[in-house]
Formats: sequence, C-alpha cells, structure tokens
Amino acid sequence: MGLTLLWLVPLFPLLGAILNGVSAGKLPRKAVSAIGVGSVGLSFAIAIACFSELLALPPEARRVTQGLFTWVQSGDFHAEVRYALDPLGAVMMLVVTGVGFLIHVYSTGYMGHEQAYGRYFSYLNLFTFSMLTLVLADNFLLMFLGWEAVGLCSYLLIGFWYQRPAAAEAGKKAFIVNRIGDWGFLLGIFLIFVTFGTVDFATVFAQAPQRLAMGSALATTIALLLFLGATGKSAQLPLYVWLPDAMEGPTPVSALIHAATMVTAGVYMVARCHILYLLSPVALQTVAIVGVLTALFAATIGLVQNDIKRVLAYSTISQLGYMFLGCGVGAFASGIFHLMTHAFFKALLFLGAGSVIHALSGEQNLWRMGGLRRHLRRTHITFLIGTLAIAGVFPLAGFFSKDEILYQTWLRGGPLLWCAGVVGAFLTAFYMFRLYFLTFHGPSRVPEGAKQHLHESPNSMTIPLMLLAVLSAIGGFVQVPLLAGGQRLDRFLEPVFADAADLTPAAHAANAAGAEAGLMAISLAVALVGIFVAYKFYVADPDLPRRLAEQMRGAYRLVFNKYWVDEMVDSWVVQPLYRGSVRLWERFDAAVIDGAVNGVGRQIERGAGLLRLAQVGYVQVYALILTLGAVVVIGYLALR
Amino acid sequence: MDPNGVPTEYYQLVAALLFTIGIVGVLVRRNALIIFMSIELMLNAVNLSFVAFSRQYGQMDGQIFVFFVMAVAAAEVVVGLAILVAIFRNRETASVDDVHLLKG
Repeated sequence: MGLTLLWLVPLFPLLGAILNGVSAGKLPRKAVSAIGVGSVGLSFAIAIACFSELLALPPEARRVTQGLFTWVQSGDFHAEVRYALDPLGAVMMLVVTGVGFLIHVYSTGYMGHEQAYGRYFSYLNLFTFSMLTLVLADNFLLMFLGWEAVGLCSYLLIGFWYQRPAAAEAGKKAFIVNRIGDWGFLLGIFLIFVTFGTVDFATVFAQAPQRLAMGSALATTIALLLFLGATGKSAQLPLYVWLPDAMEGPTPVSALIHAATMVTAGVYMVARCHILYLLSPVALQTVAIVGVLTALFAATIGLVQNDIKRVLAYSTISQLGYMFLGCGVGAFASGIFHLMTHAFFKALLFLGAGSVIHALSGEQNLWRMGGLRRHLRRTHITFLIGTLAIAGVFPLAGFFSKDEILYQTWLRGGPLLWCAGVVGAFLTAFYMFRLYFLTFHGPSRVPEGAKQHLHESPNSMTIPLMLLAVLSAIGGFVQVPLLAGGQRLDRFLEPVFADAADLTPAAHAANAAGAEAGLMAISLAVALVGIFVAYKFYVADPDLPRRLAEQMRGAYRLVFNKYWVDEMVDSWVVQPLYRGSVRLWERFDAAVIDGAVNGVGRQIERGAGLLRLAQVGYVQVYALILTLGAVVVIGYLALR
Repeated sequence: MDPNGVPTEYYQLVAALLFTIGIVGVLVRRNALIIFMSIELMLNAVNLSFVAFSRQYGQMDGQIFVFFVMAVAAAEVVVGLAILVAIFRNRETASVDDVHLLKG
C-alpha cells in the first residue's frame, strides 16, 4: 500500500507551503514550525514506506508510476501529472526528504529570531515540493515544472533578506543565469518532442536507440542542450557564477538548496537521460571535460577565499564537477553515489558553518575566527567528520564515493582525466582543512565584542549536525568497492542503467582488484598530504601563507580575484547587453512604439476637438438644425 | 365629398399656418414655457390635419389617432412642466439659454 501513497510525498510539503504561506505570519511560531517540519517529516516517513515497498519488488519490476491527472492535451501533445518511482528516483527522494527534514529541524533553531519565520518555512516547503516533483516526474514537462519551481524557490530564498541590496542582487543573478541554462533545457525538450512525438520518459528512452543513430548530430544536439540546462542548475563552467553569490541566503538554505539537493538536479537529469548521452560520445566527453575542469577551477578559487560560506560554495561547485566527471565517463551510478554522500557531508559542513556563524553573531570571515574548538565542542567534532569525509579519508563516505569516481575515470576516461581528478582531490583536502584549521584551531582572532556571546548552538541545531555526521561517516558503506564485493547501491541502481549496458563505452583498463587497491592508496595518500600541507600552512607556521602569497603575487591575485570571471562576464556580456537595451529603449521603445501609440491618441484628440465645435449647448440651435434637416429632406422628396 | 362643407385644402392651409407659427415659436423664443406652448401648437396643427383627412376619406382612423396624440401630449405636458418647475426652483430661470450644463 506504500506505493499507492507515492503522490502524498510531494503533496505534504505543498500543503505546508500553502498553510504557512496564506496564514501570513498570523500563526504562532510553534504552529509554523510544526507545519513546516511536520509536513516534510510525514513526507519522509511515506518516502521510507515507498522505498521499502520498492525493495520488496523483484529488481526488474522496480518501476512504479502513478498518474494523477492529464495536465496538457493539445493535438498530438499529451502530458500528464504522473509520478514515477524507480531506484534512481528513490535515492533522490530519500536524500531530498531525509536531508531536507534535518535541515528543516535545524532551521527552527537557526532562524528562531527571524521576523519572517512563516515566509521562510513556506518557501522551504515549497522548495521541497518542487524538488520532489523534479525527481519523481515521469515526463520531461513535469520535470521541467519542478526544475523551474526549484529555481524560483532558490531565487526567493537567496533574496530572503531582500532589504539587503547584495541579497536581492544575488537572487536576481541566480535566476537570470539559471534562465540561460533553462533555455537550453527547454530547447532540448522541444527537440525531444519533435523527434519522438512524446515527452514521456519511458517511451523516449525505450525508443532512443532506434530513433537516434549512435553519434548522430541529432543525439549530440539533444544531449548538449540538456547539458546546458544541467550546467546552469548545477553550477558548472561557464554558468557557475551564481552559486558563490547565492551564499547571501540564510545558511540552512545554502545547505539544502545550494549544496545538498537543488544543485544536484543537473547530475540527476544527466543520469536520468543517460541513454541520450551514451548515444552521443561527443556529448558524454563534453560532460566529463566540463566536470573535471570545473572541479579543478573551483578548487583553486576555494584555496584563497576568506568567507567561510564562499569556500564551501566553491567546494560544492568542485564536487559537482566530480559528479559530472563520473557521469561523463559513463559511470552514472558512481555519480549518483557521490551525489548522495555529498548531500550528507556538504549539508553537514554548511550547517556546521551556520552553527559557527550563529555563535559569532553573523561573522563569516575566517580571519576573525580561530580557536573555536574549545567553545563549540559538538560543532567542532561534527565539522571535523564532515571535513574528513569531503577530503576523502578512509573510511568516511567521501572516500568511497570520490574514490569510485576516480577509479571509474581511470578505467574508462584515461589517465589524463584521472590525474586532473587527483589534483582536484589534493586541492579539496587542502582548502577544506585550511577552513577547518582557521576556524577551530590556532589563536582566537574573534573580536572582543563577539567573544562575550560565544555559545554552542541549541539542540535543534546540533542534533541534525550529529545525525548528518553519522550519515557522513557510514554513508559510504552502502557501496564498499569491488575489493569487498559489496556495491549495494550499484546493484540497487542497476535496473535503471541496465537498458544502456551495451552502449556504455568499453573500459580502457582491466577491472582488476589490484589496480583499484593501488589507486585507492594513491588517492588516500593525496588526501593525507593535502591535510598535512594545510596543517603546515595554517597551524605549524602561520606566516607561511603570507610569504608564499608575496612570492607568487601574480598567481595569488589571479585566484583571489576568482580569475576575474565576474568582471569579464560583466564587461563582455552584461554591459553590452545593458547598453544595447538602453539604446533599444530610447530609440525603439520610446521613439517608435510609444510614438505610434501616443501619435494615434493625439490625432484622435485633435479630430475630436474639431467635432466638439458643433456642440454649442443651446437647445434651440439643435432644434434649428433639426428643422432645416427636415426641410431639406421634405424638399428633396417633394421636388425630385 | 360633401359639397356644402369647407374644402380640405382650407383646413390644410390653417394646419400649415399653425405648424409654422409653432416652429418659429420654438426656434426664436427663449422662455421655456412659451416654447412648450409652441410645441402644443405644432401638435394641434397635426391633429387638425388628421381630422381633416379623416373627414375627406370618411374613415375613422385619423380621428382615433388624434385621441392618442392628445393623450400622449397631456402626459408630456405633465412631465415637461414638472421639469420646468424643478429647473426654476433650482436656478430661478425659465430661459433655455441658461440651461446648457451638458455642453461639451
């Protein structure tokens, strides 16, 4: 009976959003929290029920759909509101509701002093509904609805403190950059409809191998257009620019939307459409290269940022790059695995950062922290677990997932991509431990004023942290690699990717346990070296980074200023567009369009002014005209 | 046609004369009450013409029509005089030149 309740999973958050939205701050805070957290909690409980029902089915039968109503019926075009649950969707559903639930609980503590408490939870619930619609949709159109709706919620939540100009600007930036990606996604959907005559997942994916020739231009175009959408939503080169600015939103929002769930929508979409990508080696190669370049690029920027949330933002971009690298070499299950573990440890890191910011009354600059481990014990321990997990230290979750991606890259993508991935892993370990050491170790650089209020966060915040820390620690064991013969997640996801087994590119190297063990040792060693270097730089010899920055002034400035990408985009894209728009406004809109409209109005007014002279206002003049008219008519009739 | 009676043309002439006096009265006088009387004159000119033709052709239609005209005229006078009284109370004038508020 669990599976017939599937539609309730997205419904509860929607109801919560509506209730908290229409009550417009009239409800007491307790009620708002109960509705906001309870709706997602219920949804999580039903998701678990659905998941266990799904597990009870034989692996081939693990795809259940549930149609609610026909949404669009126009000529040949038919789209339903229909939810589908398969292993891939189930993983996403559990991550969204599970991590989402913890973040909702955390928000009751973090946002406790906030005026617009109801608005916040309304948006957050609406986001959960949209994300669930995205991952459970059974056709491209419904997926696009969820896709757009999460973008909207992201905009609303980044600009949650809309009184701050920076937040309002960041919200707009996120929305506009995402629109560029959405444009590609939408064109891809149009092309799919033109090619297949339907937007249903099952039909499209079943017919794809027949309708699209291997490596054909059509397959490449569809896959690349869809990937453009993914680069927008998942903040990959060149559309990543919105994510660092998105940190203007409340920290739990950064954790939920801009780290754990929404930004992974692009990875999910690529995995969902894996057949289309496998039919186009060019597109698949593009995904891998964009992924690895983004992973490296964002990691280098992350090395020198001073805002705790921005470091995490660049780290998110970088980790998303790893997921795309995994998908791009054809190891979609590895990409999804990393997506899942990343959701755990990145949510943990963001919430931990939120706890630090909360304790310091809003301070986000790493250089005004330090030595916090003595004051924030729970936050410190959980944050350390998250940092070790993302750095890829055995046996935490990030080790297994990142290692699997690197291994698959070695097998199928070749040594060059693998090397780039390993360099990225080193950078990740370094900048994450730089963040950790600067925050929790060394002498305290906290300003005197903030020191007075230094306090550990309430239980509503630390308990989600601890739960996420447990997940980050053990989450990797669902997929113990080949060595131990585990890989339960792979086997669970297998039915989803089985239809494409014969399309998957052949491995370059033999799938040997020895090779995997060697590669694991290398990546572990790299992570440990990264940690050691960070220790050397920021604990043992705190003056070293400054000297190094002096020596490599050029490189340092390049990276510190984020390669001037924002400035380049501004002067090459935004400013010309802006100037062009102003010109169009002045020369075309104001002169031609307004001129035409106002001109017609003026001519009518002038004509009316002439006719007005006939209206003298004396009844007898009208009577005279009447009489003369009658005389003329009668005269004509009499004399003709 | 009755050889002893007055010929129809004479009646028509009188009716035309009355009608013209009425029109001129409506057009040149400023007092609303006089204009009203002039309109009555025009109506009665038409009535006279109806009755004359009715007699000429020996049919009753025209005479019946005159009754209708008189009934309607009576109603019209009631309404019209009421309006006049209202205007006079409001503006202390009965001159149509002073009542041109609807002028565009």
